Amino acid sequence: MLQRVVRSTVIDAPIERVWAVLRDFNSHHLWHDVVAESRIEGGERSDQVGCVRSFTLNDGHRIREQLLTLDDGEHRSTYCIVEATVALQRYVATVTLKPVTDGNRTFWHWESTFATPPGEERALAQMVARDVYEAGFANLRRYLARGGDLRDASGGRAMPASLPLPGRRAVVRRYGGPEVLEADDAEAPAPAAGEVRIRQRAVGVNYFDVYLRRGWIPALLPLPGVLGMEAAGSVVDVGPGVGGLLPGDRVAYLGAVPGAYCSVRNVPAAWVVRLPPEIDDDVAAATLLKGITADVVLRDLGRVGAGTRILVHAAAGGVGLLVCSWASRLGATVIGTVSSEEKARVARAYGCEHPIVTREHRFADTVQRQFDGADVVVDGIGDAARDENLAALARRGHWISLGQASGALRPIASDELVAKSITFSRPAVFDYVASHASLAERARRVWDALADGTLRAPPIERHALGAAAEAHARLESRRTTGALVLVA
Amino acid sequence: MIRVYVSSVIDASADTVWSRIRDFNAMPQWHPGIADSRIENGDASDRVGCIRHFHTRDGGRIRERLLALSDYDYQCVYEILESPMGVDHYVATLKLTPVTDGARCFAEWSAEFECAEGRERELVETIGDGVFQGGFDALKRHFARR
Repeated sequence: MLQRVVRSTVIDAPIERVWAVLRDFNSHHLWHDVVAESRIEGGERSDQVGCVRSFTLNDGHRIREQLLTLDDGEHRSTYCIVEATVALQRYVATVTLKPVTDGNRTFWHWESTFATPPGEERALAQMVARDVYEAGFANLRRYLARGGDLRDASGGRAMPASLPLPGRRAVVRRYGGPEVLEADDAEAPAPAAGEVRIRQRAVGVNYFDVYLRRGWIPALLPLPGVLGMEAAGSVVDVGPGVGGLLPGDRVAYLGAVPGAYCSVRNVPAAWVVRLPPEIDDDVAAATLLKGITADVVLRDLGRVGAGTRILVHAAAGGVGLLVCSWASRLGATVIGTVSSEEKARVARAYGCEHPIVTREHRFADTVQRQFDGADVVVDGIGDAARDENLAALARRGHWISLGQASGALRPIASDELVAKSITFSRPAVFDYVASHASLAERARRVWDALADGTLRAPPIERHALGAAAEAHARLESRRTTGALVLVA
Repeated sequence: MIRVYVSSVIDASADTVWSRIRDFNAMPQWHPGIADSRIENGDASDRVGCIRHFHTRDGGRIRERLLALSDYDYQCVYEILESPMGVDHYVATLKLTPVTDGARCFAEWSAEFECAEGRERELVETIGDGVFQGGFDALKRHFARR
């Protein structure tokens, strides 16, 4: 008669982290005290179904086990003994992990069936249950608590070779309108040195993505290409040489190379910041690039403080609302342009005291008459507002050109600036977060401002990743308020 | 097909928790969101195929059919026949698994369904956070008091 042993426990770590250790069929000598040494026969990968691990126990017993099933979707591994000096016969075991969703913990179920020589049933069942499974639970807990998985991954030793993870993406095969965005299957290979593989839950949509989709910057989006500069989710695993990030960590990233419109992605660790618990995935995706843009605009370029007259175009958009709410907390006089009364109402709620409703980008008269000009103009409109911007600026005013939604800005002659000593800047935010330290510092400022209420997250409009085309159509229609996020 | 999955750890043995939730007609006794319940046609509440007819506290009227019941696996599967939620082909599974290293169990509640485009997230939140997590929170409170 077959013996059946079942043991289960709950581990205080996210499932991705526990699975990263257990899916490696040749990791048990690193974390389980009962295993002295172990190797995979024939030089095969330790996640190759069919591979055989040959190991010795501390008491001198030798065992060879074969991997029968490895399932990354179900977090399950099944294996059997093919040869052993212990009297376990027809031994088949299954390890299954499940997420405890209301606490980010992991349920671990370990069970096996086997036969034994007559009279040894009880002793062998107890050995399996207590010395292997229960001790294994305790040993893995201790291993994770000491960060053993992190050390082994970053100590120069290659990560256990792992399989590509399947996912979905929105791909652009030709430049054009929103309709060129197509849903497609994708996969992320094991992370290379310095890379982090991220299971993405929310992807930020930016107007910059529209420019790339239209083919305005073909060098940055060779075809077929994937859009998207930022996303939030959790770490699946990390490549060699990556420190400070663990499987399961909640993270967001911002990078100068597009490719975020997908469900699983490998990115350089230098792009990645951890997420504080109070920042949700979609808030992170909606505010990382846009919030850092606001930080650059207000601190570095506009030097906005009490009394600064700041004119914000598209004041009810994702960047617009963040700039308005932050500038208003800094004591600035916040003037904005919006295309409808409804958007004026939203902008006002976010600290834009003086919204100007105009669909034709006519605002210079109002700004001059009521405020004597603007010290800072934050402009995502581009050419259609060009002459009005020059007219609306006050003496020594500063024009920050963030985007060109209405079309490429005609060149500005230097004589047009000298009339009022106007200065002009055209920032690419990525130049302000080129080092990980600067990215982490700016992201921290955005999260802190969101957490203490200085900065108010914009309303978020969510679309499925597969519906990226609809999201772009909405963004370009000028009908949206706040930020758009793709849910992966 | 949309999928919702919620899981939790409850501080009582699977046997104990199962005895509280296995009765297909007992939702009002343990789930705070359910006002009343009856089984149609006078069927026994553990007869596979029986239909429970109940109201949520906010007045919604729901009919659900029991598709599978296993005391061995601590598992019950049911489908929605009628509801105001706007879901199609809704099949849910409620399952307990013993945690052997302590008097607690691992509880899972999942559902698959179809719905109108654009309502996915709202429904996932209502069902996952409201119905499923709400039920688990009530069970956790109940068994913490003992």
